[in-house]
Amino acid sequence: MRYSGLKVITEGLFGNKGWGPAWRSPEPKAEYDAIIIGGGGHGLSTAYYLAKNHGLTNIAVLEKGYLGSGNIGRNTTIVRANYFLPGNSEFYSHSLKLWEGLEGELNYNVMHSQRGLINLFHSDGQRDAFVRRGNMMISQGDDAILLDRDGVREHLPYLDFEQTRFPIYGGLLHPRGGTARHDAVAWGYARGADRRGVDLIQNCEVTGIDIENGRVRGVQTTRGAIRAKKVGIIVAGRSGQVAAMAGMRLPVESHILQAFVSEGLKPVIHHVISFGMGHFYISQSDKGGLVFGGDLDFYASYAARGNLPMVEHVMEAGMTLMPMIGRAKVLRSWGGIMDMTPDGSPIIDKTHIDGLFIDCGWNYGGFKAVPASGWCMAHLMATGESHAVARRFRLDRFATGHLLDEEGTGSQHNLH
Amino acid sequence: MRITCPLCGERDRREFYYYGADDYLRRPGEGAAPAAWDAYLHLRDNPAGVTRDLWYHDMGCAAWLLVERNTVTHEVLSVRLASEAEEGAA
Repeated sequence: MRYSGLKVITEGLFGNKGWGPAWRSPEPKAEYDAIIIGGGGHGLSTAYYLAKNHGLTNIAVLEKGYLGSGNIGRNTTIVRANYFLPGNSEFYSHSLKLWEGLEGELNYNVMHSQRGLINLFHSDGQRDAFVRRGNMMISQGDDAILLDRDGVREHLPYLDFEQTRFPIYGGLLHPRGGTARHDAVAWGYARGADRRGVDLIQNCEVTGIDIENGRVRGVQTTRGAIRAKKVGIIVAGRSGQVAAMAGMRLPVESHILQAFVSEGLKPVIHHVISFGMGHFYISQSDKGGLVFGGDLDFYASYAARGNLPMVEHVMEAGMTLMPMIGRAKVLRSWGGIMDMTPDGSPIIDKTHIDGLFIDCGWNYGGFKAVPASGWCMAHLMATGESHAVARRFRLDRFATGHLLDEEGTGSQHNLH
Repeated sequence: MRITCPLCGERDRREFYYYGADDYLRRPGEGAAPAAWDAYLHLRDNPAGVTRDLWYHDMGCAAWLLVERNTVTHEVLSVRLASEAEEGAA
C-alpha cells in the first residue's frame, strides 16, 4: 500500500478500514541467502539496501525484541555531516544526502527537519578548530557558515551572552543539519524492506553462530536453527555478546549515555545547539519537548540508566548556556547502551570468518549514520568489498594504527 | 553508584576516575607479538554482568582500585587495591 495525502483523505471518509499492517510477521524459513542479526536502524537499513541496491531479497532480519526497540527508538535524533577527518567526512556526507531523499525513497514521513545546527565556541583556539572543521565540510561539498558573536545572537538571542565563565565567541552553523523522527526511520526502512520480500522476524533471539571450517553456516535462535552463508552482526551495544558467539573479542566497550526530555512547550528553540564547554546539546521536538543530553557517564554499563552526577552536570550546563529553560520540567530520561570503540569511530568490515560481517562501534553517533551504514554494509555483504566511503572503518585499524580519532583525544576505551 | 575504597570507606562515584577493564593488569611482556598488544590495549570481553575494572580514587587517597561490579545493575560487589591484585592473574 502506497501512502499519500489522497489515501489519508479517502480513509478518513470511509472509516479508516483500509489500512493494513506496515509489514508481515513471517515464520522463519530454514535457510536464507543472508541473515541480519539486529532489527534496529542499521540492521533494517542494511536489509533494505541489500534488497533495493543488490537484488538480494531472500534475507531475514532477526530481532530479539520488537523492531526498533534499541537505540533507534531512544536517541536525540540529530542528523548532521560536520565531520573533519578523511574517512568520516565522506561517509557522513553520503549519509546526509541519503537523508535528504529518504522520505521519497521510503514513501514514509520520517519528519526530517533541516533546521540548522550550531556548534558554539568559547575561545580563540576553539574558533580556529571550528574554522578548520568548516573548511573541511565545505571542501567535502557540505555547508558551513562561521558566525561571530553577533551572528549567533541573531539566531539564538536567548543564550546567556553575559556570563563570563564560558563567553560565547561565535558558532559554526551547519544549515543542512537538523533532526528526524527516530522511530519513523526504523519503521520506514522496515516497511520498505518487507515490501521487497525481506522477512522481518521479531522475538527471535540469536543464541549461537554456526561456523564450520572457518565459514559461517547459519545461526541458532530461540525459534530454531536458520542456515545462511552470509551473516551480518548489527547489534550496537550488544556487539560484544554476539561477537563472542563467533569466538571474537571486539575493540568495543559498551558505555552509558543519558538523555532527557522536558514537558511539551511552545516553539522556543528552532535549531540544534551544541555547547562544547559544558558538553551539552539541545533541540526541540515537533511535539514541543526539549530534547537534550551531554556526555557519557564514563564507565562500562548495560544498565540502560545512568547515575545522578551526569544528570546534575547536564542540567548545570544547560542552565549556564540558556537560563530560560530553568522553569521547564524534565519529563523523562533514559540511558542508551553505546558501543564505544577506542578512537570513537565505527566499524563496517568483514571478520576473519568467511561470510561473517560486522557493523558496530557507532559510539554515541549512530542515528545520523543509519542510511549510509545500511548502504555500505549492504555493499560489503553483497560484493565482499568495502564501499568507497566506508573503507576506513576497518576492524583491524587499532592493530595497524590507522585510527580515526575525530576528537583527537587518543585511542583508549575511556576517552571517547 | 557508590564505591567503597579500602582506604577511605564508602564514597560517591564522582571521586573516582574510571580507567577500564582489568585487561590492563595483564600487560604483555617484553618482545610480545603485536597481536598481544592489540588484545591488551583494545580488545575487550565487554561482559553484560559481572566485570572487573580499574578505577582511580582521584579525589581521595589516589589509590588504584580493582572493582568487581555488575554492569547490568551497577551493583558493586567488591573493591580491593590494585596493588594487592596479583599481576597477570587478576
